[in-house]
Amino acid sequence: MTGRARFGADYNLPGQLVGRVLRSPHPHARIVSIDTSKAEALPGVKAVVTRADFADQPSEFIPAGEMMMNYKDVVRNVMAREKALYEGHAVAAVAATSVAIARKALKLIDVKYEVLPHVIDVVEAMRPGAPLLHDDLFTAGVEPKPDKPSNIAKRLEIKVGDVEAGFKKADLIVEREFKTAPVHQGYIEPHAALATVSEDGSVELWTTTQGHFIVRAHCARLLGLDMGKVRVTATEIGGGFGGKTVVYLEPLAIALSKKAKRPVKMVMSREEVFKASGPTSGATVRVKMGATRDGKFVAGFAELKYQAGAFQGSPVQPGTMCAYAPYDIENVHVIGYDVVSNRPKVAAYRAPGAPISEYAVESVVDEIAKKLGLDPIELRMMNAAHEGTKAAYGPKFGPIGLEETLNSIKKTEHWNTPLRKWQGRGVASGFWFNIGGETSVSLTVNEDGTISLMAGTPDIGGLRAALASVAADELGVPVEKVRPIIGDTGSLGFNFLTGGSRSAFSGSMAIVEAAKQIKSELVARACKLWEAKPDQVEWKDGAVRPLGALAEKVKPMTIAEFAKISGKLGGPIGGVGRINAQGAGPSFGTHLVDLEVDPETGRTTILRYTVAQDAGKALHPAYVEGQFQGGAVQGIGWALNEEYIYGEDGKLQNAGFLDYRMPVASDVPMIDAILVEVANPKHPYGVRGVGETPIVPPLGAIANAMENATGIRFTELPMSPPKVLKALTDKGLNKA
Amino acid sequence: MAKHHIEATVNGDAVEFLCETEETLLDVLRDTLNLTGSKEGCSSGDCGACSVLLDGRLVCSCLVLGCEVSGRKIETIEGMAKGESLHPLQQQFLKSAALQCGICTPGVLVASKALLERSPNPTETEVRYWLAGNLCRCTGYDKIVSAVMDAAAVMRKG
Amino acid sequence: MARVVLIGNLAQLTGGVAEFQLRATSVKQLFEQLAERHPALGPHLQDGVAVAIDGQIYQDSLLEPIGPDSEVFVLPQIAGG
Repeated sequence: MTGRARFGADYNLPGQLVGRVLRSPHPHARIVSIDTSKAEALPGVKAVVTRADFADQPSEFIPAGEMMMNYKDVVRNVMAREKALYEGHAVAAVAATSVAIARKALKLIDVKYEVLPHVIDVVEAMRPGAPLLHDDLFTAGVEPKPDKPSNIAKRLEIKVGDVEAGFKKADLIVEREFKTAPVHQGYIEPHAALATVSEDGSVELWTTTQGHFIVRAHCARLLGLDMGKVRVTATEIGGGFGGKTVVYLEPLAIALSKKAKRPVKMVMSREEVFKASGPTSGATVRVKMGATRDGKFVAGFAELKYQAGAFQGSPVQPGTMCAYAPYDIENVHVIGYDVVSNRPKVAAYRAPGAPISEYAVESVVDEIAKKLGLDPIELRMMNAAHEGTKAAYGPKFGPIGLEETLNSIKKTEHWNTPLRKWQGRGVASGFWFNIGGETSVSLTVNEDGTISLMAGTPDIGGLRAALASVAADELGVPVEKVRPIIGDTGSLGFNFLTGGSRSAFSGSMAIVEAAKQIKSELVARACKLWEAKPDQVEWKDGAVRPLGALAEKVKPMTIAEFAKISGKLGGPIGGVGRINAQGAGPSFGTHLVDLEVDPETGRTTILRYTVAQDAGKALHPAYVEGQFQGGAVQGIGWALNEEYIYGEDGKLQNAGFLDYRMPVASDVPMIDAILVEVANPKHPYGVRGVGETPIVPPLGAIANAMENATGIRFTELPMSPPKVLKALTDKGLNKA
Repeated sequence: MAKHHIEATVNGDAVEFLCETEETLLDVLRDTLNLTGSKEGCSSGDCGACSVLLDGRLVCSCLVLGCEVSGRKIETIEGMAKGESLHPLQQQFLKSAALQCGICTPGVLVASKALLERSPNPTETEVRYWLAGNLCRCTGYDKIVSAVMDAAAVMRKG
Repeated sequence: MARVVLIGNLAQLTGGVAEFQLRATSVKQLFEQLAERHPALGPHLQDGVAVAIDGQIYQDSLLEPIGPDSEVFVLPQIAGG
């Protein structure tokens, strides 16, 4: 707001060095040798690190949510070992006294590469005979176990009922294949880290991250340190969306600082962000659905092939689980493949895996509606999952708000506005599970009655405000008296990262716990002070109140009044909430979009956009709307313009904001947000996470609107102007 | 290579600094003058996070060299508030939840200020096209545009 | 006896058996009993699964109780972005 907030690149330490990374220019190459001697000899260079400075890690999977990580892969992604597996893969790093010297030093590092054939497209990577990235990668999930390595890391499937029998019952079967390109989370702030290692080996690290406790765990492991010796502060973060849940620069900065015996600051350039940090998967998806003539879905099949990037771990698992989640279908079979290829390792991106698979299914649902002559909202209502529906991925849903979102959309003026030629309207629904997770918060009552709230999940958009309002409500103080901050790893118990739409959900639960402790402590003190028994007092409306006869002798006391004399009654007042929050409720959403296609240029203009999504209970409605709007616009970018464009040489051609075209203010209209609230019974306030679902429906909604506008079903994203123009021209649709 | 000695005015204060030829105004602001409010998002003038006013004109400071600003007037986000009181745009952004992560906000505020100085009663379309050079990934622009128009109304009332 | 269903690829580690009737009263017991019958499951249960008990999803929650008539699904873990 005033420029005073300090993001990753805004931190500096006296005597700090500039760190820079040397990156592979080849998408696939064996690293034969690395000679850093000339770089080390350059005056001003204080440290150089390569694979030699990182101990190899044995294969060990770490639970990192749906995208299991393996430390053997992590150490190789952070610094290449045997091979460079993508253009941009880190091969060495230097720390020098100035940017100019660091740049010169990189040029002096002599790397001998044996260039290998590369493969990027997922279908190409799956072919037998494709260039192999790892000779120790054998496809998991197939029987019998293969004895030849492959680029297919994993095959998985979920099955309910019998789809073959289901298809036999269908009056209409629609089968389509879809293709999506890798897209980047697009955070405006590049990765940045500042590390300093003292003589006793303890590390202080400032980094822009969604999970500083995770960063601590990874760095401690990769560098062979005790976690207690690593103190990580999460700086303000300029966007993450899942992309800042892993480490890139941090281990390098620490290793360099250790060698140089000075602080080292590292910041990625925008080109490095695109080339060396993880976008999401590109994918090929085949969907086949069967329905009766009155619109009941009887069978849903899908085959998902997702790129993982250089190391295994694409979000194909949640992709398979989410594909049919909005619908109550008796027979579902979804197969997923996790495939490596020569591009940066995929990182999470808002509802990882779900936008891709749900785009494909929502497109086919739309086609079914059209072919059966049914209203697309009615068709979805007929098949919508509701409380008690058994999800395709297993459990029964508790109370959920999908039908409410569909109804809200149906009632809008937007839905009922007539359209003109070349304009089209599309609707789609979407889902994300949401999670809870380990969360620690502390509430401290200061001597003047103000409250210090310390949470441990970095605030990526409105969290502190939401948590402050919960603390204020619980303790009966004005929200201005609550000061929320995010604590470092030394100040709190473990916090799982900000992601999974969990921070407001779990944070608020933990605050309720912490507040309970404070309230019971205050009640206990009142009893001592007033020489009363517990049944003679109660906490109500921000104060401890005497009951019955006692009320004639003493007056109620607020937190502030207790705080003034806290020392006299036993010490400072505070509470801690340390929980593993369970009971996260899924959030369903339905999006409605009107767009217009210019037949002469293929350019699509979004005319109108409405989001209806179930928030359970909106702790801070303006910020919840902000999540809806932000996710919707990312989806608009994904659907209409964003993609990684590779040349034949396996190099990224659009590693900058000019040609990696994200939506700007003039590309989108106001986004209407309808807040649906179907309370989550497992949360004290009814809260559901909301951050991720908004990016799921836009791809399908926009593809459906395009079909409505042009008569063409686009099965490849993005639907960028050249592609749209070509499709219109090929069909002779844009002859004047 | 000798450094350049530059004198200029930043947010009304006279400043003096040395810079290399290849250092941008953004580098100078952030690393030499310790004004880290202007952010580096791309270094190629595509994201607007480094927006400042140079002699009243909206520019990307990553596209201006430090040695180009001799004798000129620079206004950054740090100069927008007047002491304790926030600029009406800043106040409105807070009220309207027009920021989430906040990284684009300094650039957006500087650009919006420049717009309202030229066009005190802009239409929604004008605001969107003026801000097309400021990328935001969090908000979807909706609340930013509303906040600018609401602030404009407040400022017109005087 | 609780009805326990393995979702996704976990059934491959049990030779295709995806459904069990088990007398477990907590997630911890459930994992122990499953691993006893099918040792290949053991490491996966420790680190990579979520459990849905009567429709409610729990992650990393060993002490969560399971009722005598509960329906339990063992799912891959979720995180998000």
